[in-house]
Amino acid sequence: MIGSTNTDVGRSRWLRSWGYHAEYYAQTWRGSVASSVLFPILYLAALGVGVGHLVSHHSGLVDGQTYLHFIAPSLLATTTMQLGEGESLWPVLACVKWIRTYHAAATTPLEPDDILFGKLAWVATRAFLTAVLYTIIIACFGAIQSWWCLTLPFIGTLVTLAFSAPLVAYAARSQSDASFTTLYRFAFVPMFLFSATFYPLSAYPGYLRPVVQFFPLYHGVALARAAAFGQGSIVPELGHIAVLVTMAIVGIMWGRRTMRRRLTD
Amino acid sequence: MSETHVLEAHQLVKRFGDFEAVKGIDVVIDRGESFGFLGPNGAGKTSTMRMISAISQPSGGTISIFGLDPRTKGPEIRSRLGVVPQEDSLELELSVRHNLEMFGRYFDLSRRVVRERATELLEFTQLTERANDKVDNLSGGMKRRLTIARGLMNRPEILILDEPTTGLDPQARHLLWDRLYRLKREGVTLIITTHYMDEAEQLCDRLVVMDQGSIVAEGAPRALIEQYSTREVVELRFMTDDHEEYLDRLSPFAERVEVLPDRVLLYVNNGDETLRDVHAAHITPSSALVRRSSLEDVFLHLTGRSLTE
Repeated sequence: MIGSTNTDVGRSRWLRSWGYHAEYYAQTWRGSVASSVLFPILYLAALGVGVGHLVSHHSGLVDGQTYLHFIAPSLLATTTMQLGEGESLWPVLACVKWIRTYHAAATTPLEPDDILFGKLAWVATRAFLTAVLYTIIIACFGAIQSWWCLTLPFIGTLVTLAFSAPLVAYAARSQSDASFTTLYRFAFVPMFLFSATFYPLSAYPGYLRPVVQFFPLYHGVALARAAAFGQGSIVPELGHIAVLVTMAIVGIMWGRRTMRRRLTD
Repeated sequence: MSETHVLEAHQLVKRFGDFEAVKGIDVVIDRGESFGFLGPNGAGKTSTMRMISAISQPSGGTISIFGLDPRTKGPEIRSRLGVVPQEDSLELELSVRHNLEMFGRYFDLSRRVVRERATELLEFTQLTERANDKVDNLSGGMKRRLTIARGLMNRPEILILDEPTTGLDPQARHLLWDRLYRLKREGVTLIITTHYMDEAEQLCDRLVVMDQGSIVAEGAPRALIEQYSTREVVELRFMTDDHEEYLDRLSPFAERVEVLPDRVLLYVNNGDETLRDVHAAHITPSSALVRRSSLEDVFLHLTGRSLTE
């Protein structure tokens, strides 16, 4: 068994962690693939076509779009947000506490940073693929009106990372999942409903608009809408990007600390 | 560091906040040796193991593994170590084989190599027939063996096992011990923590006894027993709530007497003879047992407490 010449050179270590997640997904994807294709179609059919019929009957266009077209890009943003949430809380707590597979990985050449970056890179990969799929689906519904739509997969990935990075950091320092449900109830669900997702910012009373604009998801929704319709302008879009990038960077910095503490103490 | 030493630690300390889990221990381990850390739960064994595995950094002292400093060469050191943690930490949703192959990829081994090694190690740990089963469906002993196979995927020079047989039935333990002997014969250095004295006696060439973060004795199992205990032990149980009341009456019969909650231990050279003397003095225990001294007695002598309390 001995006498090997193990040296630790070769493929970057974070890439090995990414590859592990990819392989794990390749073994277990069957459960999730139906939902990632089916949900967007169901949402668009139910809200876009169904509610959209009522909306156009009463008030015609929303921000110059049919209701279906109006909500299609925001559903891309909410889906990628939900992917970031779903991949980052329970799965990470399982890896650091319940099943401890990150602890197993920490016995290999991988450092806590490698485990973290591999995880986030994998979540970003899934987000990108999901956003590509979503873009194609909403294009089929006719909700694409600009070449800027090609940026939609990147916007989706950014939204996912803006949520995933801080949530991975948070889960890596958690002792139980008690607070996760609270996060869903009091943060994620309200954000999903009130980030100008289903109606434009102008539909909110003036004093509520800053609250809406405070929600990180709002910035993802605004970006996705601008990209789909090609109606963006530099300053606000850069602002939205800055908010999401900041969340991701702060999350990564925090995650490096919590992951190192959890795995090496 | 000499050629024969694979690991040297001096005044190793691990602190968690105000709590000092490891209080300045010295350990030197030779290549090919099988070395044990024996002690009760909470003695600091796992904290020591995590430092020796180049996972957690010492709060004080120095450690050198293969002559390398884990503070700067962690990945390089870990690429030459195999670790079997206390919890199996296996992927329950994946097959036995996938667990091995995917783990092997952490060491950047090619797909062909991980396939070959997985096949070989499944054979070695007698899991070949379960290769395609989900890990969730395996027994505790099988999971433990799989965790050992996983720790061998990179063909480590040192295999570190933290409480390898805790929770296993006797048959599963013996099978596992047998695999560890084989590895030892092939030249793998084994480092084992255990709170089972029989395991330490069976597996270790040399061991340290740990208690409350410190090393209280070091040596070969037999040598430790000879040094700290008598040849035989007489265990006496009485129909009483407090065995302490027999201490004075029994003291003259033995070199040393230990009173435990449920029995009295007499440390003597000839147990049968002592037992006859005790009976002749009209002291009548409800049960009596003569046995050879073990590491349990060493621990009791050194700390005044039993290993498995």
